[in-house]
Amino acid sequence: MMKNRQHIKWGFLFFFLPVVLWLFLLIVLPHLELLRLSFTKANTGKLTLDNYLAFFREPIYWLTFVRTAGYSILVTFLVMVISLPVSFYISKMVRGRMTGALMILILVPFWVSELIRVYGWMILLRESGILNHFLVTLGFFKEPVEMLYNDITMIMGLVYTSMLFMVVPVIGVMDDLDNSIIEAAYDLGASKIAIWRTIIIPHCASGLVNGGIIVFMLVLGSYLTPNLMGGKNSLWFTEQIYNQIILYFNWNQGAAFGFLLLALSSLIIWVLLKLTKQNLKEVVKK
Amino acid sequence: MESALSVQNVTKRFGDFTAVDQVSFEVEDGKFFSILGPSGCGKTTLLRMIAGFYKPDGGTLLFNGKNMDGVAPNKRPVNLVFQNLALFPMMNVHENIAFGLRRRGERGPEVDRKVRSLLERVGLPESGKKQISQLSGGQKQRIAIARCLIMEPTVLLLDEPLGALDAKLREHMKVELKTLQSQVGTTFVYITHDQSEAMVMSDTVAVMNNGHFEQIGTPQELYHEPKSSFVAQFVGNNNKLRVRLHRDAEGDTIARYSDRYDFKLAQKFEQSGLEDEYDLFIRPEAVIINPGEGRENFQTVPVDVTSILFDGGNSRLMVKPLGTEGELVVALPQTREYDSIRSGDRIQVGWDLNKTVCFKRSDWKLYDEE
Repeated sequence: MMKNRQHIKWGFLFFFLPVVLWLFLLIVLPHLELLRLSFTKANTGKLTLDNYLAFFREPIYWLTFVRTAGYSILVTFLVMVISLPVSFYISKMVRGRMTGALMILILVPFWVSELIRVYGWMILLRESGILNHFLVTLGFFKEPVEMLYNDITMIMGLVYTSMLFMVVPVIGVMDDLDNSIIEAAYDLGASKIAIWRTIIIPHCASGLVNGGIIVFMLVLGSYLTPNLMGGKNSLWFTEQIYNQIILYFNWNQGAAFGFLLLALSSLIIWVLLKLTKQNLKEVVKK
Repeated sequence: MESALSVQNVTKRFGDFTAVDQVSFEVEDGKFFSILGPSGCGKTTLLRMIAGFYKPDGGTLLFNGKNMDGVAPNKRPVNLVFQNLALFPMMNVHENIAFGLRRRGERGPEVDRKVRSLLERVGLPESGKKQISQLSGGQKQRIAIARCLIMEPTVLLLDEPLGALDAKLREHMKVELKTLQSQVGTTFVYITHDQSEAMVMSDTVAVMNNGHFEQIGTPQELYHEPKSSFVAQFVGNNNKLRVRLHRDAEGDTIARYSDRYDFKLAQKFEQSGLEDEYDLFIRPEAVIINPGEGRENFQTVPVDVTSILFDGGNSRLMVKPLGTEGELVVALPQTREYDSIRSGDRIQVGWDLNKTVCFKRSDWKLYDEE
């Protein structure tokens, strides 16, 4: 009995230690260092709050953040709106093998890197791109139009790259919804809109919030898509961090922005959870 | 009087398979109508067509004389109690019951009043605030029915709603459902594979098999005068004896069993077709133990008792007619009159000729593995 217990302990340590080391060395330690940097002055190393105050003093910084957060919420909302009918179709309308095939169709684009996917969009949409070529040939446009480098294209790109992370959890909860419950609502006189509003969306709430948190965090922290598809005016907050660290070599300022991003995005999620009366623990459990 | 529900030649095909084949019936207003059949006989398909979830491939559905062709389920004056009840887990009991009224656009204290009066009617006056997961099986049952009754439907459809309950509760709910139906006076169309449910509750029962109705009648008619071999086997218990038919000198039809016993039949058969194989049906309850002499139109058989199955009021004797391999089930009334019968005894059993029926042989798969 004793011997057995010893075995379990060693086995446990064997698997547990790499996780602890990984968490500590690669996540906790760098963050502690960044936290220290964010509270010190660049050259002198003195303790200061200037790095954080700069964010509120310079309108360009906090305006960029508000813009980023606003667009992230918009993208999350758009992804929710699109993924509901998509999930409903995959989960309830098609049967058997088709479900798997459609899931793979959603998954396949994510086998290539984000960079390749964004370049794909650029080939489609740029002035000399495929879409322009067709539209001009078919006579819809007189001359090619630049479709890249604006906010609408950027939002479309962000919606596309984060779709999967909403569809998968929503399909998960939608599969649990008994068809007869939808039929019962229909039988009791509910219109299609009423069924969505009173039955399907409330049932899928946990999946939507779950996917919503993932999508919001991903979009808020994304760098490639807004940078490549957005125009010169489409500033994204991650670009500010990048600029501080790489262009101005101001690690202290970049670290402060990084922690502000973490704190403010956590605050936004907390507020949204409170507003929708969802409990984070319960959402994550599902 | 106009029928609450009139089904005329309704047909439904899935590919090559005809699930419901030219079914017609009428249900009078305020009646309890049951459709009884084994699983896979098409009764659920028929019910879903009445509710509007399937579109019939042929035939007409009328509610109070109004044609329902092309009318969506949410526009039909009919509500369905689902097999798994399908209560809305995201709402409490009150919201579940009020759901239909709200969809009609009803608001305000009138809705609350109706919900409360319905909760009282189904005997759960205090449970409006409860969540669905807090209810027991029987309570869910009542809420599911209340949720439909509040719509005051022309016809309430019930799809084996007692199937998920345990045996004792099911017995109780049978009586309760019948009482509720006669109180509210709504027309019920109830489908089930359980013949006891159908017989206890219904004014009229239709026995369904392979997509068509075998017989429509009162429970008593189905029990005493089955019109087909299937009904004889499916409704109530029956002994089935394989027999050959011939006519005797007086023109009576004689059923010969095991080349040894000749049973005279009250039914008349035409000469043609007598060479086919037939089954003779005798109810266990119709068989009398040690009948004694001097009965008219009576058939007695000497038998060996093979076993005694004691089950209170439902006790039975298993007996073997002398010189055969067949087995008969005989009801054993618990009047203490037959207490002396032991396994292995040789006794006489007999039955009134008018209580037997004989049909051409057809074997039905009565129960499939679900």
